[in-house]
Amino acid sequence: MKRIILAFLCTLALAVAGCGSAAPAPTATPPTTAPAAATKAPAAATTTAPTVAPAVAPTAAPAPTKAVAPAKPPANPDLILATTTSTQDSGLLDVLIPLFEKQTGYKVKPIAVGSGQAMTMGQKGEADVMLVHAPDSEKQFIADGWGVNRLLVAHNDFIFVGPPDDPAKIRGTKSADETVKKLAAAQALFVSRGDNSGTDQLEKKLWKTASIDPKGQSWYQETGQGMGATLNVAAEKKGYTISDRATYLAQKSKLGMDILVEGDTALLNIYHVIQVNPAKFPKVNAEGAKAFSDFMVSKDTQDVIGKFGLDKYGQALFFPDAGKPEF
Amino acid sequence: MDLIWDGISKAFWLLVTGDPEVLRVTLLSIQVSGTATLVSLLIGVPLGTALALSRFPGRQIVISLVNTGMGMPPVVAGLFITILLWRNGPLGLFHMLFTPTAMVIAQTVIAAPMVCGITLAAIGSLNPKLRLQILALGATRWQMLWLLMREARLPLLAAVMAGFGAVISEVGASTMVGGNILGQTRVLTTATVMESSKGNFDVAIALSLILMLLMYLVNLVLTYAQQRQRPL
Repeated sequence: MKRIILAFLCTLALAVAGCGSAAPAPTATPPTTAPAAATKAPAAATTTAPTVAPAVAPTAAPAPTKAVAPAKPPANPDLILATTTSTQDSGLLDVLIPLFEKQTGYKVKPIAVGSGQAMTMGQKGEADVMLVHAPDSEKQFIADGWGVNRLLVAHNDFIFVGPPDDPAKIRGTKSADETVKKLAAAQALFVSRGDNSGTDQLEKKLWKTASIDPKGQSWYQETGQGMGATLNVAAEKKGYTISDRATYLAQKSKLGMDILVEGDTALLNIYHVIQVNPAKFPKVNAEGAKAFSDFMVSKDTQDVIGKFGLDKYGQALFFPDAGKPEF
Repeated sequence: MDLIWDGISKAFWLLVTGDPEVLRVTLLSIQVSGTATLVSLLIGVPLGTALALSRFPGRQIVISLVNTGMGMPPVVAGLFITILLWRNGPLGLFHMLFTPTAMVIAQTVIAAPMVCGITLAAIGSLNPKLRLQILALGATRWQMLWLLMREARLPLLAAVMAGFGAVISEVGASTMVGGNILGQTRVLTTATVMESSKGNFDVAIALSLILMLLMYLVNLVLTYAQQRQRPL
């Protein structure tokens, strides 16, 4: 009897393993594991998103005001999107990707790594399209011919955050340049991402413009991790860090850190979508990349981006910018 | 401390309400790691048995390679498999990167040397006279192998548990080759790392508790199979 039970259990396990690999992966649905407070927000965002009118124009038409909806499923449905951790950590991807997949039938694989790694993937032709926020590196990327069609999508801003008692006295400083100088002078503990992400590149640029070299100094610590993890390290050690507003707001309640410096134009956080150059890499999914690019700048998507976070945080996390002149 | 309580109550809540995302992630973990363990058994046990019972020049070197493979850092395996599976890499034509299949391959590469090495030690520790006795009683080669494996079932089942334990808890290689994509390649371990990096510690603790519960249940079944006293 026991042998029969055991044999049955083993067969069941094998069947589960076998069936799972064979069954097609379910289309991504908005996740519900987000913390209890946030479970309502993504659901609300998708239900309030305007319903997409089926496009009469063929898919080739890149009209930015119409949503692109192909008449038939795409030939190559797999699309690799290399993007930043901030678009994932803020929850924006969890809203936009299902919308895009439903509209176009593409199956997106968003690989959320830092902008540096995302662009390296683009340089190797391992990604089809990128959504990144490292303007200087992006311009170099385009100049070197790795990417085409760099389009402005949205922006938000970076903020300096730190302990409420603010030992380095940076609260309310108007300029980012002055802020980093004060931090260096006070030798205040500063936690950096150190992972060549868009945030990290902006931070390094601020130090460089102020002619300060913090590397190797005892008060400057690099985590090599994403924004969420870095914020946690800074909160634990009561140090300062620079963060994008979206990720900070998403974690604010657990951190115990205050916004100390904001508003300088040097702290603008600008997102672009870039297609990897199909001329250099014939294997990239060029139609899919174009479809995603068009989707990101289409009016309906820009509306969704502009409303993202309103219901949960009382303020928008991203400001849509498609079609506007570059900053 | 209350963070841990939050985690436990969240885990309970997620399981009881049958949260679809948690169920999907757990099911994928079982599928990927189960398949990987099965494949590494199919590779590792015959290979280990063959190595234990045969003698050929260079045998020591092969065995030392297997033993080194047992201790190989999973993230190294993940890195090399990613490079092989890249679109422009040698195996890029299969388009396997960022799919569960790639995760199964990476986890098999991690678990197979482990299963092989423990099987090798298990069969090799049997009394050599037993093999001769079985053959002397008229057994065919396959019957002899089957009897030896039954004789060594304690360490062999330990090999299964070790292999499964290694792959279900593995996160570095799974993230690299899988990409932690929602609905496609997100498993319990990669989801835990992501949730803690987002700062959602209660969800991260909940997921890790579910993972440990899963491991315990699987090992309970395997231990039962290992320890039962069958009448001879």
